[in-house]
Amino acid sequence: MSLNDILSYDFVQRAILAGMFIASFSSILGVFLVLRRFSLIGDGLAHTTFGSVAIVMLIGISPLYITLATLPLVMLSSLAILKLTRSKRIQGDAAIGIVSSIGIAIGIILVSLSNGYNVDLFSYLFGNILTVTKTELWLSFIVFLTTAVTVIIFYNDFFAITFDEELAQTMGIKTKRFNVILFLLTAVAAVLSMKVAGIMLVSAMLILPPLTALQLSMSFKKTIIAAVCFSIASVICGIILAFLLNLPAGGTIVILNIGFFLLTFGAKNILSLPR
Amino acid sequence: MSINIISVDNLTFCYNSAEIISDISFTVKKGDYLGIAGPNGSGKSTLIKNILGILHSQKGVINIFGQPLTSFHQWNRIGYLPQRTNSLNNHFPGTVKEIVQLGMKKQKSNALKNVLEMMGIVHLANRLIGELSYGEQQRAMLARTLINQPDLLIFDEPTTALDPETREIFYSLTSKINNDRNTTIILITHDTGIIGKYARNLLYLDKKIIFHGTFKDFCSSPDMTGFFGMTTQHIICHQHDTAENNI
Repeated sequence: MSLNDILSYDFVQRAILAGMFIASFSSILGVFLVLRRFSLIGDGLAHTTFGSVAIVMLIGISPLYITLATLPLVMLSSLAILKLTRSKRIQGDAAIGIVSSIGIAIGIILVSLSNGYNVDLFSYLFGNILTVTKTELWLSFIVFLTTAVTVIIFYNDFFAITFDEELAQTMGIKTKRFNVILFLLTAVAAVLSMKVAGIMLVSAMLILPPLTALQLSMSFKKTIIAAVCFSIASVICGIILAFLLNLPAGGTIVILNIGFFLLTFGAKNILSLPR
Repeated sequence: MSINIISVDNLTFCYNSAEIISDISFTVKKGDYLGIAGPNGSGKSTLIKNILGILHSQKGVINIFGQPLTSFHQWNRIGYLPQRTNSLNNHFPGTVKEIVQLGMKKQKSNALKNVLEMMGIVHLANRLIGELSYGEQQRAMLARTLINQPDLLIFDEPTTALDPETREIFYSLTSKINNDRNTTIILITHDTGIIGKYARNLLYLDKKIIFHGTFKDFCSSPDMTGFFGMTTQHIICHQHDTAENNI
């Protein structure tokens, strides 16, 4: 089967387009999260997404709208993590752990109540971008546009907060407002990424492309652009490879991301060796 | 009559029900160079964080440039150098140029050039901040505080871990900015000798204000002799003499 044949399928075109949008906004947000040491939030929200999908399925919402229906619950969880991380008595990673545990616990209980593992829930655990619906494609595009426009307009504010939140506050930047925006967008990214990589690998979409880009030691803007490029490349190549080799797309995309990371990490270490 | 840049009235700040700052009041006039000293945990940084709106006090009123802190918005009139460069993320992908212009809505290439020249770091403009030595990072951070030509500069332990030569260059520069531009400066440091040498006034804090006045008055104050004991007061004032003799 030639590349043209693969790309002629509607569902492949939809998957590549949605994958590119999701890869772009996940990696943009990922740069801010990784640098602010919130890398684990992807994992936390993925577990919450598991619980939220289980709730939505138990209610009996049509599979076409599960992603949309899951969003409010995951957004609320994201805000809960933000609120807990601001608490003086709870460390940031512990806050993520708390919300994450609640999500996974609710998920497990609901799965058990619905008579064991459910095939649909498995599709969310491992993801399948080739089944992306038109609604999800539009949603991905809207979130991509929202993320890109927000980051472009408020670039200086996000940059300052990422460098040093307290310092940004002394410059009159409304850090609380920008934190809420960042955490809400991350929640949406986590829910949509579950379609690409599955709940199990959501954090990979948020963490790996930024980490790869950071190995290149470039300026902040160039790091964001590089992260987006690595992420898009892994999604496009991953979907095509998965189709050709009959592999799960989510896993293939993540393995490619890891490949890019190891390449840049290795190259950086070799180049920085004393000669 | 000198204008009050900062006025603090009856400020009290508690953390987990422990009083960190207790009912303090003072003013800072335009063009002043105020050194704030005190032992560890005396509330120096907490006081500055209250003035900058990072922390919120339980009691008291703070006015900046004549406006209540709650309605103050002209933050570009203040340059703040926090006590922190050692906690800087060395993998942060920001160039010196990007960091110096941190938070600025409009890029000012002339101002950037001038401030980089003033700090002697033009050649580092495109280097990543994490790749620089501590001294170079601190110069970049100082350039950031100066780029907007603020009316008030606040330095919190700015020279910790700097070598003596760079430290001298740093303080001479702050003195020059204070004299040439009439910029008000607040300096927090443990080094009372430095305060004596460069600052006009000393505010000694230990949860409450122990002393506020000129260094000379501090050294000749019988109250301070009573508080510190003659030996300690002598050592503090001798540091000042030594610092001055080293000019």
